[in-house]
Amino acid sequence: MYKLESKNLNLWYGPKQALKDISMGVDANTVTAFIGPSGCGKSTFLRCFNRMNDLIPNVRITGQALIDNINIYSRNVDVYEHRKSIGMVFQKPNPFPKSIYENVAYGLHIIGENSKSIIDESVETALKQAALWNEVKDSLKKSALALSGGQQQRLCIARAIAVKPSILLMDEPASALDPLSTAKIEELIYNLKKEYSIVIVTHNMQQAGRVSDKTAFFYLGELIEYDNTSKIFTNPSKEATQNYITGRFG
Amino acid sequence: MIKRIKTNKARIKDQLFKYFAMLCTGLCLLVLALLLIDIISKGIGRINWSFFSNLPSRHFDESGIYTALIGMVSLLFLTVLIAMPIGIMAAIYLQEYGTKNRFARIVEINIANLAGVPSVIYGILGLQIFVRIAGFGNSILAGALTLALLIMPIVIVATREAIKAVPNSLREASFGMGATKWQTTRNVVIPAAWGGILTGVILSVSRAIGETAPLIVVGALVYVPFIPEGPLDQYTTLPIQIFNWTSRPQQGFITNAAAGIIVLLAFTFLLNGIAIWLRNRWNNKVKF
Repeated sequence: MYKLESKNLNLWYGPKQALKDISMGVDANTVTAFIGPSGCGKSTFLRCFNRMNDLIPNVRITGQALIDNINIYSRNVDVYEHRKSIGMVFQKPNPFPKSIYENVAYGLHIIGENSKSIIDESVETALKQAALWNEVKDSLKKSALALSGGQQQRLCIARAIAVKPSILLMDEPASALDPLSTAKIEELIYNLKKEYSIVIVTHNMQQAGRVSDKTAFFYLGELIEYDNTSKIFTNPSKEATQNYITGRFG
Repeated sequence: MIKRIKTNKARIKDQLFKYFAMLCTGLCLLVLALLLIDIISKGIGRINWSFFSNLPSRHFDESGIYTALIGMVSLLFLTVLIAMPIGIMAAIYLQEYGTKNRFARIVEINIANLAGVPSVIYGILGLQIFVRIAGFGNSILAGALTLALLIMPIVIVATREAIKAVPNSLREASFGMGATKWQTTRNVVIPAAWGGILTGVILSVSRAIGETAPLIVVGALVYVPFIPEGPLDQYTTLPIQIFNWTSRPQQGFITNAAAGIIVLLAFTFLLNGIAIWLRNRWNNKVKF
């Protein structure tokens, strides 16, 4: 059984088809990278799994997206409940204009956790997992906006994992960061793999090569190739993949 | 060669335009300065403690703005109490919940238009609805409801702008955690927009503070010898007191009016100052 799976998934933005008949499965406790040129649908596909595309008007979806074998687009799935079990990290760090502590505690408040001691503990654990605790433990009350870009992104990761989701979706989490911060995020992804199933969208092919177990290459809304990362980067079976990873287009 | 001549011509025009623009600015400032100097030189001598603490009187040197001041403050307080929650809620609905269709655009244009409707029209509306039909008479409540109608479009427009300025990435972060629309609005959008919302409310109050016409229509132009004790009492406000004084023939009352104008200007200045201060503080605190 796959952790995440899509079956014949199609998506339209108004009349424009952005995803074409995508079927693939992601195993638990692995890192899967989605690569491809801009506008190929990789982010859109990622956002299907926590139904973030629901927020965009005129989006139409057919087919299935499954998590633990449950179709999340079926009628009896509560989208808000569903999103609570999935963490998401976005391209640009987007901490709330609140304190560091409140940022990490946000999800806990949303799931209805009221116990101060449990929240304190979860905040600390999440910040430690996100490798940020040592830098902020004395300034939890300070505004999150005072942190550097790299720290903000790690804070966003802490915020996402504080509620202990089983899946972490990352939409180009390091694209707005400097190389040192990027290295930290990548190390973090490697460590988080033990507890989470991670899907990461990236523009950076070296990054995909470094962090992922499996890689999916998208082009013009289609899934061209999906295989072990080592195979994709050394011996891809499709010519388009070969051309993309060698930098001939994209 | 030809090109060079053209450039010189353009440069001269550029200079001319600059001086012309400077002249226009200077003219505006000059008028304002003359007005201020005139008012201050006439009225400043009249401002002392008894001017603030005295009730209105037939004798100009015993006459004060106590009732007008209390009336104005209670009126504005009640106005904000009514207009702020309704205006903010309406703005939240329009910005966060309402679908962006043709109807929404028509509503949007109408609200913007309402902000430009002459205030006396609101007075006539208030007179019919609040004073006559609802039966509130010449009360503070009727005045506050009328002024609330008047500033509501300003509150709505300002709140919408403040909400619009909250980046979508924050909403996405909240929705991504499983928050509902209301949780997102209450915990993320409103706190992030709060500085802008407050600025808008204060600016709308500083508009309401100088309003005279609608209040005359709803019956604030009366001689009120005592301060109002409840929302259904009669009242008068500072602009009306000034209006009242300027229509008297004696020079002493004109001096009183000038002093009243100084107080009113100080209030407006203070409110605008607070609004600017809030905006700057908010901008420094929340950089998205």
